[in-house]
Amino acid sequence: MGLDFSIIPKYMDIILLGVGWTVGITVAAALLSFVGGIIFAVIALYAPWLIRQPFRLTEWVFMGTPLLLQLFLIYFGLVQIGIDLPAFVAGIIGLGLHFAVYNSELIQTAILAVDKGQMEAARTLGLSRTQALRKVVIPQAVRAVIPPIGNNMIALLKDSALVSVIGVSELTLSAQRVIGKTYRPFEFYILAAAFYYVINLCMEWVQRKIERRISISR
Amino acid sequence: MDIDLMLKVYPFFLEAAWVTILLSVLTAILGLICGTLGAAARLSRFAVLRFLGAAYVSLFRGTPALIQLFILYFGGPQIGIQLDAFEAGVIGLGINAGAYMTETIRGAIIAIDKGQREAARTLGLSSWQATYKVILPQAARLMVRPLGVNLNMLIKATALVAAIAVVELTYTAQRYIGSTYKPFEMFLLAGVLYMIIIYVVGRGVAWLDRKVQIT
Repeated sequence: MGLDFSIIPKYMDIILLGVGWTVGITVAAALLSFVGGIIFAVIALYAPWLIRQPFRLTEWVFMGTPLLLQLFLIYFGLVQIGIDLPAFVAGIIGLGLHFAVYNSELIQTAILAVDKGQMEAARTLGLSRTQALRKVVIPQAVRAVIPPIGNNMIALLKDSALVSVIGVSELTLSAQRVIGKTYRPFEFYILAAAFYYVINLCMEWVQRKIERRISISR
Repeated sequence: MDIDLMLKVYPFFLEAAWVTILLSVLTAILGLICGTLGAAARLSRFAVLRFLGAAYVSLFRGTPALIQLFILYFGGPQIGIQLDAFEAGVIGLGINAGAYMTETIRGAIIAIDKGQREAARTLGLSSWQATYKVILPQAARLMVRPLGVNLNMLIKATALVAAIAVVELTYTAQRYIGSTYKPFEMFLLAGVLYMIIIYVVGRGVAWLDRKVQIT
């Protein structure tokens, strides 16, 4: 069977819908991973020992096992404990938590790199420890960590293809559905790859913009 | 937690772990070959090779590995490439890992001070000799740790071949989750095995890194 790319326009609407889902899932999971990353970092650094240690162990497990395996755990595990979420919600939670752990690692390092004098000065000015963290230390840490987090977000986009395996109709699964009808895997997977590549380029562009902005205001 | 069930099925997970290890080893070898060629191309003095190297890195790092695997395994027969799932997994993941390793290897090489090459040339070494006898031995020391990170990612990426039904750890876990409805137990079994593999490899990389440092 040869190649025939002329078949693509007929199924473009299904593929474009998949693109929409992929972008939506990526954005939602990125936000979750960013907020989650900050919360995880604070827990890992400042929570009492009894919470901190088991938490770090969990983080370690999430960093040492494949995302695909974690998605199976979250999707089927939630069902097992009686929470029947739609697949895309489970996918967002899985992706978001996975990358929150990686973001947390970056943010922890950045928090520790913020000069101790900042915390001391804030405390001297009468801020509580929590206030000093929230208003002085974390904003500085987050700014320092935005470029590497951008890289994580691009990795997240690519890993969003994995949620097709738990039945989320994003770009990869949309391509699979069309292939099921047309028996043209090469054409449609190449098309899907091209869309991922374009989204990737857009994200890199945004990342560069943000980085430039940060470097100016410094 | 259903310990009895875990004891009953764990031999199957052990068997699958060997498949994951074999996949990782073969993928790592192919990745290193592709990475070395990619870095050589990116640092070549010929513009065409530099462009090809850059395109390889950009395309393979810019699209999901899962899609690359699908193109190779499902799309391959259309352009005359017939592979079984395991072969497609090794080749697909290896070429993908090679794109990441290209940047690691290239980064280590360009991190070596320009003066080293200049000094070698001044002492009468040819360009090739300067590369092989002066630059690469120093760059190799810098590569060990970041290649270790690539290796760690690669081991976890082998889980993707579950999607083309290679019976490795993640596929085994998926199958047993489906048949026993015990996701947590199956995750634990597979997860522990992954972490053992990654831990052992990590220790090996750290050992090698210490071994190659001069100080």
